[in-house]
Amino acid sequence: MRFPSGLFRLDRSVLAAVGFAAVLLSLPAWAQSPAQTIPAAAAHQSTAPIQTPPYPTVAPPPVQRTSLNIVVLDPAHGGTDPGARGAQGIRESDLVLDLTFQVRRALEAQGFQVLQTRSGNENPSFDDRSAMANAQRGAVFVTLHISSMGLPGTVRVYTLPDMPSRATAGGILNWDFAQASYVTLSRKFGDAVQGQLVQRFKGSPSTVQTASVRQLRTTAAPAIAVELSSVSVQDRGDLNKMMPGVADAIARGLAAFRPSYVLPGEPGAQP
Amino acid sequence: MNGRWRTWLLVGLGVAVVIAAIYFPKLKRRVKTAAKIPQPSEEQARRELTTPTPTNASDPMVKVKMFWASDEDENALSPITVELALSPEPVLRAKQVLNTLLAGPVNSDLRTLPPDAALLAFYLLPDGTGVADFSEALATSTPSGIESEQLAVDSIARTLEANVPQVKRLKILIHGQEVDTLAGHLDLTQMFIVNTKAAQPSGLSVPVPIRPPAAAAAAKSKESRR
Repeated sequence: MRFPSGLFRLDRSVLAAVGFAAVLLSLPAWAQSPAQTIPAAAAHQSTAPIQTPPYPTVAPPPVQRTSLNIVVLDPAHGGTDPGARGAQGIRESDLVLDLTFQVRRALEAQGFQVLQTRSGNENPSFDDRSAMANAQRGAVFVTLHISSMGLPGTVRVYTLPDMPSRATAGGILNWDFAQASYVTLSRKFGDAVQGQLVQRFKGSPSTVQTASVRQLRTTAAPAIAVELSSVSVQDRGDLNKMMPGVADAIARGLAAFRPSYVLPGEPGAQP
Repeated sequence: MNGRWRTWLLVGLGVAVVIAAIYFPKLKRRVKTAAKIPQPSEEQARRELTTPTPTNASDPMVKVKMFWASDEDENALSPITVELALSPEPVLRAKQVLNTLLAGPVNSDLRTLPPDAALLAFYLLPDGTGVADFSEALATSTPSGIESEQLAVDSIARTLEANVPQVKRLKILIHGQEVDTLAGHLDLTQMFIVNTKAAQPSGLSVPVPIRPPAAAAAAKSKESRR
């Protein structure tokens, strides 16, 4: 194509001036927002303009691991519910209260803060007892029982069997299945305590047992049930003699479990 | 009244006194014997009134495994084989084995369920859920404790598992009602998986046998000797 030479010269100078002006105008915008380049893939996906947030963005703080500091002790039964009853008027509800005070002393000596679901002859509901543990952060729950039968002088630790997690879409725990997320941790805690108990009480199992204990189901914390055998002994003194050993075993088991205490959702938690 | 009638009247009265004197000690003995006979409890009376599970004479005799307490370890279950005329129909069959379980073994020390307890009804839902409705005595007479309650429920679940394969899950009711616990410990609001292979995992409680390894091995060898 042939152009008149004067017109061609004018066009070239005009184009050069326009190009220079465009480069000058775009420089400040470039310098201010260098990160606003849209990756090619993203540009293909969306044609909507990317907007900067109207607030300063801050990196989320790292999730802190909760440490185990609180033990909620639950002397079972009470009030009009005496629990297991044995010869000579032995009542489970009275004995577990005595046991609770001994366990409390042993735990406080280890530096734990201890809460009790009852301190006298009351009978809180299952849910009220669980609520006390569920309101704490960094707590475990121990419910104390004495059986009607079984080999006298032995102690068993129970946790719930496996149950699938029942968390809602918002991550809120279902109260009726609050223990679901803690079963693995509860079992680890139970094994630590049972391991201590078997050293003191021959004939006890060496590992934790599983049973559908009602009290544990609604507890959103590592939770175990400890059951001594049994109210069928002829002399209450036989059970009283067991109590310091049980208290010491729970305190030592809890101390051994302490490093494993990683709550669900925290770094290092087991699925 | 003349003298003759008076004589007869006196003789008659005398005979009555003699008869009464002879009969009175016997009557006294009978009253004492009757007092010694234990009166049936309300639950026993209910159980007697409950329609017994019908058995058909043409039903074949089948060897069934009943899970009662082990004679070596009262806290463990042990299968005992008994021969029963069992119906092929699963609901009737479940009632028959549960009533046999309730009746207990020859050695009553090994029973896992209270003697007063009765099975009021048994239903089998299309999804394999068995609903066993027991009388109140199951809750009031089962010894309180995690271990004893677990043993009771486990004996029911394992007996059903061994003899009624159609039952995959078990729900226990007390007198037609769902209750929180059996006797203060074991959760009865949940279902128990009976047939672990057939049941779908759905957050149900699994009754786990409470049996130390040594007792389990002993029971297994005993069973294999039969």
